[in-house]
Amino acid sequence: MMRYFFLLFGVAVLLVVLIAGRRGDTSRRPPFEIFPDMDRQLKLRPQAAHGFFADGLSSRLPPPGTIARAEPFNVGGRAVYPFEDAPVNTGRETGTTNFVALNPLPVTARLLARGQQRYAIYCAPCHGATGEGNGITKKINAMAVVTSLHDKRVVELPDGDLFNTITLGKNLMGAYGPQIPVEDRWAIVAYVRALQLSHLGSVDDLSPEMRAKLK
Amino acid sequence: MSAIFPKWTNRLPLMILIGGGLTASAVTAGVWYYFTPKYTRVGYQPLQPVSFSHATHVDQLGMDCRYCHSAVEESWFSNIPAASTCMNCHNQVLKDDPRLALVRESAATGKPIPWVQVHKVPDYVYFNHAVHVNRGISCVECHGQIDKMEEVYHAKPLSMSFCLDCHRDPASKIRPLDKITDLNWQWSDDPRVAVQTQQAKGREMVEHWRVESLQNCSACHR
Repeated sequence: MMRYFFLLFGVAVLLVVLIAGRRGDTSRRPPFEIFPDMDRQLKLRPQAAHGFFADGLSSRLPPPGTIARAEPFNVGGRAVYPFEDAPVNTGRETGTTNFVALNPLPVTARLLARGQQRYAIYCAPCHGATGEGNGITKKINAMAVVTSLHDKRVVELPDGDLFNTITLGKNLMGAYGPQIPVEDRWAIVAYVRALQLSHLGSVDDLSPEMRAKLK
Repeated sequence: MSAIFPKWTNRLPLMILIGGGLTASAVTAGVWYYFTPKYTRVGYQPLQPVSFSHATHVDQLGMDCRYCHSAVEESWFSNIPAASTCMNCHNQVLKDDPRLALVRESAATGKPIPWVQVHKVPDYVYFNHAVHVNRGISCVECHGQIDKMEEVYHAKPLSMSFCLDCHRDPASKIRPLDKITDLNWQWSDDPRVAVQTQQAKGREMVEHWRVESLQNCSACHR
């Protein structure tokens, strides 16, 4: 009698283990929610499918002409809103198509540090950590042409043009406006200038103490 | 008088005790082992519409998480990139590869790629990516070694106790802000030194950034 029980018990345990497997086993099945109370609600979740709208998208595009509610930038003591035709938003002189020569944001150590970090994330994969156009995509021969940021042509571009290129892309380079916020784009422009300066400088630019350190 | 019950019934109480005990233990063990996100969620690896490999892009090519998940530092959710982000490189790299057909179509028409969400906490949990990332909690703490995954799977349980483990002791997980997306980073190669430094530096950072050890319900549930 007990023998049958043990047999049955063993078979039952074995079956459960065989069917359910172990913790951490990979599976294509969605997670099983044991107590699903309110786990999944009818609300819209970002970038998810939702039946409320005809096209099934929960993330909506704003109707044309919508102005996003936003905080203004502080540009030299003046508040500039993101929808204004101002150099900080467009890279161009207000009312013209001429690129601004200089970065409208004050170039501080903080802006440069931010620019270095953002450059490393978004630009270095192609342009390389030092801007010579030898990033990883070039090294694996995935891209035919990557511009060196130390080209005389690039060095002589006004700041506004660099900003415009980051925002909208140029030739084979895609637009980075959607990925990088305006302030960060100017930070990158400032950092690219610092990179270029580092290539154009000579030993004479260093202070005597720093020159001594070099030797 | 003959016996009404056969002799073996004398052992019946003992048999019931053993049988019942065994069954109860087995059920308890089963519930303990299986009725937890450590089993139900960990290992979930859905088939994705495009066979995107994090291992190739992050581990091999060295891209930063934020190249694609660009709004994670400002937003409560970590965005799936638009197809145009992929096309920044894939307009030239693997330009005509059939595996990227959906991406090209999406970039051209705006039709979204139906990615399957892997990490999904219940809808009554309000997890905020930005506050964690901006206060020294790395991607790896909740998502595991995504940079080594060919196909993303659910690596950590993301259960309430998983969250609370860290909320009760943030100093043991917090790290310098410039190492957030460096998933293999450690204080030291020596695990003992790493743990010690983590404790010392972690406490310093928690104090310096005024990281609160939030454990009230409304911190996450609203």
